Amino acid sequence: MNLSQALEIATCTDPGMVRSHNEDSVAADASIGVAVLADRMGGYNAGEVASGMATTVLTAELQQLLASGEGRVMNGDAGRAHAESILRTEIAKANASIYQAAQSQPQYAGMGTTLVVALFYDNRVTVAHIGDSRVYRLRGDELVQITKDHSLLQEQIDSGMITPEQARFSQNKNLVTRALGIDPTVDAEIREYQTRPGDLWLLCSDGLNDMVNDEDIGMTLQALSGNLKLAAQQLVQMANDNGGRDNVSVVLVRVVRDYAMPRGLLARLFGWLKH
Amino acid sequence: MAKLILSMDGLVLKEIPVSKERMTIGRKPHNDIQIDNLAVSGEHAVIVTILNDSFLEDLGSTNGTLVNGQPIKKHFLQHNDVVELGKYKLKYMNEQAHLHRGAPQDFEKTMVLRPGAVPKMEPGKPASDSQQMRTAGAPQPMGISQPNPALSESQAMRAAAPAAAPAAAPAAASQPMGISQQVSTSQPMGASQGIQGARPVLPAAIQILTGANAGRELELVKPLTTLGKPGVQVAVITRRPQGYFITHVEGATLPVLNGKALDAQAHALSDHDVIELAGVKMEFFFKT
Repeated sequence: MNLSQALEIATCTDPGMVRSHNEDSVAADASIGVAVLADRMGGYNAGEVASGMATTVLTAELQQLLASGEGRVMNGDAGRAHAESILRTEIAKANASIYQAAQSQPQYAGMGTTLVVALFYDNRVTVAHIGDSRVYRLRGDELVQITKDHSLLQEQIDSGMITPEQARFSQNKNLVTRALGIDPTVDAEIREYQTRPGDLWLLCSDGLNDMVNDEDIGMTLQALSGNLKLAAQQLVQMANDNGGRDNVSVVLVRVVRDYAMPRGLLARLFGWLKH
Repeated sequence: MAKLILSMDGLVLKEIPVSKERMTIGRKPHNDIQIDNLAVSGEHAVIVTILNDSFLEDLGSTNGTLVNGQPIKKHFLQHNDVVELGKYKLKYMNEQAHLHRGAPQDFEKTMVLRPGAVPKMEPGKPASDSQQMRTAGAPQPMGISQPNPALSESQAMRAAAPAAAPAAAPAAASQPMGISQQVSTSQPMGASQGIQGARPVLPAAIQILTGANAGRELELVKPLTTLGKPGVQVAVITRRPQGYFITHVEGATLPVLNGKALDAQAHALSDHDVIELAGVKMEFFFKT
């Protein structure tokens, strides 16, 4: 099922005001309903290689898989299990290729990346994430953070050591507890959500949410929802205006209309004839 | 490494490096930082440090612990915080964190933390609980009359505290106690994070010149203000450190600025520029 009529996607990525090059990587394909964002990890070499590999490997594999008709069985509960297993397999593959490259090439040693992947199908989205890149959802006028960072800071907040407000001043913002490509296996957090027409889904690197607070992100998305590309650029610009200390990347996915999978044999046949 | 400077009545007594993950402060000799004064409880407080962050926790002391003049139970220590226990003051200095603020590009790179590499925080809890119990169970040599002079003294100090308070919490120090925490932490992010971009932007407004709302004025106080009719024609004015900019958002027709149609790019606005949007003329001006 081609989702390019149902989803509108805009991406924007920028090195920020301080760093010389961009080590974030984004990729999206509306027709198969996939958005991927990866943020390199500093302190290690070749971060941009890791984030680039993550997005390329994942989108290429998913394109091949979903275009070859694998996506057709994706409805109902079976679809959910299927989407999750697809993501798990593909993330494991991406992890393995980064890990192997890091092992075999000395200049890549220790490279790793965060990752968020959103896979849209059958009026739902399955979100997989590793590290501190985030997914938000704007529904109506409410912006909700969908993912929970795999970071030391989040653990401190969870254990009640500090409040989310205090977390803004923490020195430990940069420590993630999970990453792609640093170990032979990786544990991605995978969850599924219902989507509604009008929803705006935002994938972003910490360069955005460290510099722009959630209220301003929500306000911008609402104000500029008529122009997705501009909204993405505006978010990046706001991060830069606030100091832009890190690479900033955003992917915006708008659910334009219903994209439920055709049910039943006849409906499926019609669906098949239409395509 | 962070350090603490112990002083009394403005006299520096000692400089103590924060070298352990858990440092106890109290009157009894087994504490890492011993303060032999009756206003200080046997086990008064503890500082738990995880990498660059230190947290101060009062262990149910009789006279309490103040940070920058405010009583705290638990506090996330910031560079230059002044901790008061009775007459004694401990100034928390975290040069590293402070320096890093000046050169953020090195430390803000995301790093992975492997499981096991971090000191677990969970054990801190039960330990402090049991210590609290021990404190409660231990005979308190202090009379009830003692806390009062100590308290009033610290209240007198409170007046002087704002000067020593870190820049992040000037409002908090002068606030009545109790609500300080919310006040100091809920300030907009721009105030703390956007320091580099915090050049003042002149206040500006839009005045509607034609149509039903002619004469109405709209102050541009938000980072972005949308104008026009959704679905017909919308433009946005963004407030940035460099000034105000207008950008076309949606609609088949583009906004007109001083008689010329704009393109899809952002355009800087100057004083008394006239914008035409969805058939309505409006004037942009700086409020001085």
